[in-house]
Amino acid sequence: MNTISLTPSDLAIASSLLLFDAVLSVVLRLNLHRQLVWAGLRMVAQLVAVGFLLRWVFSMHHPALTVAVVVVMSLIAAREIAARPERKFKGWIGLWISGVGVAIATVVTVGLALTTAIRPQPWYDARYAIPLAGIVLGSVLNAGSLTLDTLLADARREKASIEAQLALGTPFRAAFAPLIRNSVRRGLLPIVNQMSAAGLITLPGIMTGQIIAGEDPIEAVKYQILLMFLLAGASGVAGLVIAGLASGHLTDGRQRLRLDRLR
Amino acid sequence: MPEPDAGQGGAPARLAARGLKSDLAGPFEMTLAAGACAAISGASGSGKSLFLRMIADLDPNQGEVRLDGVERSTFTPPEWRRRVPYVAAESGWWLDRAIDHFAPDKQAAARALAAALGLGDTQLEQPVLRLSTGEKQRLALIRGFVLEPRIILLDEPTGPLDPDSTALVEAHLKAMMTGGAAVLIVTHDPRQADRLGAAHYRMASRKLTRVTETVSA
Repeated sequence: MNTISLTPSDLAIASSLLLFDAVLSVVLRLNLHRQLVWAGLRMVAQLVAVGFLLRWVFSMHHPALTVAVVVVMSLIAAREIAARPERKFKGWIGLWISGVGVAIATVVTVGLALTTAIRPQPWYDARYAIPLAGIVLGSVLNAGSLTLDTLLADARREKASIEAQLALGTPFRAAFAPLIRNSVRRGLLPIVNQMSAAGLITLPGIMTGQIIAGEDPIEAVKYQILLMFLLAGASGVAGLVIAGLASGHLTDGRQRLRLDRLR
Repeated sequence: MPEPDAGQGGAPARLAARGLKSDLAGPFEMTLAAGACAAISGASGSGKSLFLRMIADLDPNQGEVRLDGVERSTFTPPEWRRRVPYVAAESGWWLDRAIDHFAPDKQAAARALAAALGLGDTQLEQPVLRLSTGEKQRLALIRGFVLEPRIILLDEPTGPLDPDSTALVEAHLKAMMTGGAAVLIVTHDPRQADRLGAAHYRMASRKLTRVTETVSA
């Protein structure tokens, strides 16, 4: 492969762009420079650590290790989804809801890819399973957090209209259905954007990576198409499961609107 | 006018609340006969709305509520709330036009009631966003009235209304009472309670007491 290897000084030069953003934040008083720099440092540390971790996991060839890595990644995604809304569920409910959504979406789509399209030998080959799960989890994180954030924010904003309907005898399910639709729809927008822009406005990351690494563009495109379908499916499943579970926890056996379950 | 406590001996009371409480308020006791009205006054935050919401089962609560002797838990929540509708002080809307908020079979009744309360087709067909607070309030009341309930819970129903509209709403409430419906109303206006021939209750620090010294007209 004719990959051009990057040196630390190459990366240092590129990091000046992040510093430019930070200076911009100070000058324009965006009050974002701390977060920008912190996020930048976090990104570097996380990626370097992951690089070494993956090198080790790839060399071990053990199914339990592969599964363990995917589970940890899923837990982190679930935690991020649960943390996103401005007013979160009290206690562990939020983490439980997002965890179930993440697990179902990831297992269904990654499982489908590993058993039909990609079929690595063995199936748990970390070189396939982990990057695949990572990409899917990125989409699940996007869709899940937008869905949950939208649903909880809408429920608070629409309290008067939801309770007006309940108070006249409308079942909770009927009064709440528009909110579920809107939140799932919001969760699906990023993947719709991603698919519409693919190839025209952006070259998707995986494809770009493969092409830079020397892969034939048509082979790279086929992989990318497969991935887009997986991401679309994962976004839909995550949004649906999370919206369904969250709406269930916003009501009770007497079909009340239980905003008191939010912090 | 029957005493609000009537119905102990013969027919069961239209509404009977016993030991109704939540973590926030209560326990409350109240009995309301068919055709009767009870008016609750008290400072903001004293628990008036909480009491109505507990009867409507919109907030978690314990205790017993009966409609014509039938315990609330025997109804599904939508069935209960259709029979015991609650109209909040702040009206809520979920569709574009006011008329869309009525089931197709209730729209004729809604138009008739709108006319009786000084509203026309214009207001019914307009986007809710363009209606005044007073117009929205009357339309929200009509949403409850078209259910033809045997009891209705009203939280400051005429708060944002001018005296003329208030008189029209009160006239309709009296007609409902003549027809046997009971009315439980939260109001800041003691004269409104008298005009409706209501039994007076006072809510203070989330406790409800019957006010006996005020004599109804």
